[in-house]
Amino acid sequence: MKTCKVLMPIGAMGVGISLEAFERGLDMSPDIIAVDAGSTDSGPFYLGTGTGKYAREALKNDLSIMIKGGHKLGVPVMVGSCGTCGSDAGVNLCADIVEEIFKEEGFRMRVAKIYTQQDPQMLKEKWKQGKIHALEGAPEITDKTFDECSTTVALAGVEPFIKALKDGAQVVLCGRATDTADIAALPIIKGCHEGAAWHAAKTIECGGVCLTSQLFSCVIAEIDEKGFKVYPTTADLNAKATTYTIAAHMLYENSDPYRLIEPSGILDTSRAVYTQSDDRSVYVQGSTFLHSKQYTMKLEGSGPVGFQTVSVVGIADKRICADPETWINKLTQAAVDKLTNLGFSPTEYDFDLKPYGYNAVTRVRPKQGTPPPREIGLILTVTAKTQALATEISKVWNPLLLHFPVREGEQMPSFAFPFSPAHIEKGKIYEFKLQHVIDIDDPLELCKIVYVD
Amino acid sequence: MIAHSKKNWKEDDTLATLHEVAKYIRSKNAGPFWVTVDIFCEDDNSYNKIKNSTNISPKLIAETYNVQEKNVKLFFMDHLRVVKFSYPRSRTQGHRYENDMHAGQQYVLISDSEV
Repeated sequence: MKTCKVLMPIGAMGVGISLEAFERGLDMSPDIIAVDAGSTDSGPFYLGTGTGKYAREALKNDLSIMIKGGHKLGVPVMVGSCGTCGSDAGVNLCADIVEEIFKEEGFRMRVAKIYTQQDPQMLKEKWKQGKIHALEGAPEITDKTFDECSTTVALAGVEPFIKALKDGAQVVLCGRATDTADIAALPIIKGCHEGAAWHAAKTIECGGVCLTSQLFSCVIAEIDEKGFKVYPTTADLNAKATTYTIAAHMLYENSDPYRLIEPSGILDTSRAVYTQSDDRSVYVQGSTFLHSKQYTMKLEGSGPVGFQTVSVVGIADKRICADPETWINKLTQAAVDKLTNLGFSPTEYDFDLKPYGYNAVTRVRPKQGTPPPREIGLILTVTAKTQALATEISKVWNPLLLHFPVREGEQMPSFAFPFSPAHIEKGKIYEFKLQHVIDIDDPLELCKIVYVD
Repeated sequence: MIAHSKKNWKEDDTLATLHEVAKYIRSKNAGPFWVTVDIFCEDDNSYNKIKNSTNISPKLIAETYNVQEKNVKLFFMDHLRVVKFSYPRSRTQGHRYENDMHAGQQYVLISDSEV
């Protein structure tokens, strides 16, 4: 029977691996340790700047635990989407940390660095050739869009991981990849059931999130020729895989709970059968993986759209709280008039007001009869082409945020600033610009693999 | 996620809000361009009350989230007693005036809907 046991130490590298759960995981003799280090969840800044979200020391802590574990057992360690956004800089950061660990521990392992950041010039060519297609919900783009992205990455599939493993890599550090690719690679090499390999990968890629509790437990998926078994490694018996938690995990962060699109095909879990094997383990079979005719890689691109300056002011005045919209509308009109009078053209800037405590989170007017808020935290965000201009415009707003009257002809009120200066310069800001796939003939065409011995 | 209601909905055809009927509701980004909402039910009665409600429809979801009805995906997952729907964000995640980066609070808008 062909089998492969994958140890998933944590849902996101850098969050902090549980040593207890990891040590017990090692005792269960995994064939490989695989983790996902990336996400677009925290927004376009990270991809736009090519930087990561977690502290270097936190990354080193988790990498060190995994590398020492992999070395001890002689099994490979896989990291997908290095540095949150999977930029080349993210791969290099993780590679630097791994070198430090080798030096400190006095051993080394063969490292494969897989780069998946893309050149805008090449993408423009592909666009002209009609090889880049919009996905559902994608923004309109032109060939200029590729230059407007400061970083563009392509999500690697399983193929570069397979290549690296076959070339003897013991530590694989990949740029942006699908969450599942590094987990599915070894089971596929070993000839396990392909549908099971992908479904297992999707199940464990968020670590303990597929369990009843213990988000920080490590999880093992044991894939065979028919299906896979999944269970926690921690001794804490509160953490269990149940048929409900495993089946329900397909809902998490997926717009479609039965289908998962990978570069090489589509995982279909609609006929999966979940069986409780013992108190803490679930066996799953019946998922299928359908290969697509065309190999496609998803592109993620983010680029700068201006600079922002933010001001925060607190309001507890009961009359404003009873009807925040009227006051905010009048305030806005007064500010726009003042800016126009001072010669600022509305094409040079835009702004947004968020009344926290009222409707800043949902952006929907509260239903009639909703009690008024006791306090409102009003956030003014100004966006302009330069930081200096964004701040100048915020300074025009400033006296209005401080003193704008509740009713005309009344004595001047003063509202509550928490900071001096009242404004905060936020720097350059970024937006996602691509929700597209690129057709390619060779799965390794857009991945550059570099080995370090 | 919202608090759990213990009321028994069996044989109950009175109007109630999703918030009252569901065990919990969550929302989350599904990539930068989509949001997905999962409505979990404690038992078949509460699940069927939501599933059989004519109100819980792509139309309601489209109106609630200001998106086009044809883009709404709605799933009734009997085996999990889950109603799930997904919709494309009207503005991309992390738009310069983003109000909910992870879309984790957007379930609240649907939770007041009557079933």
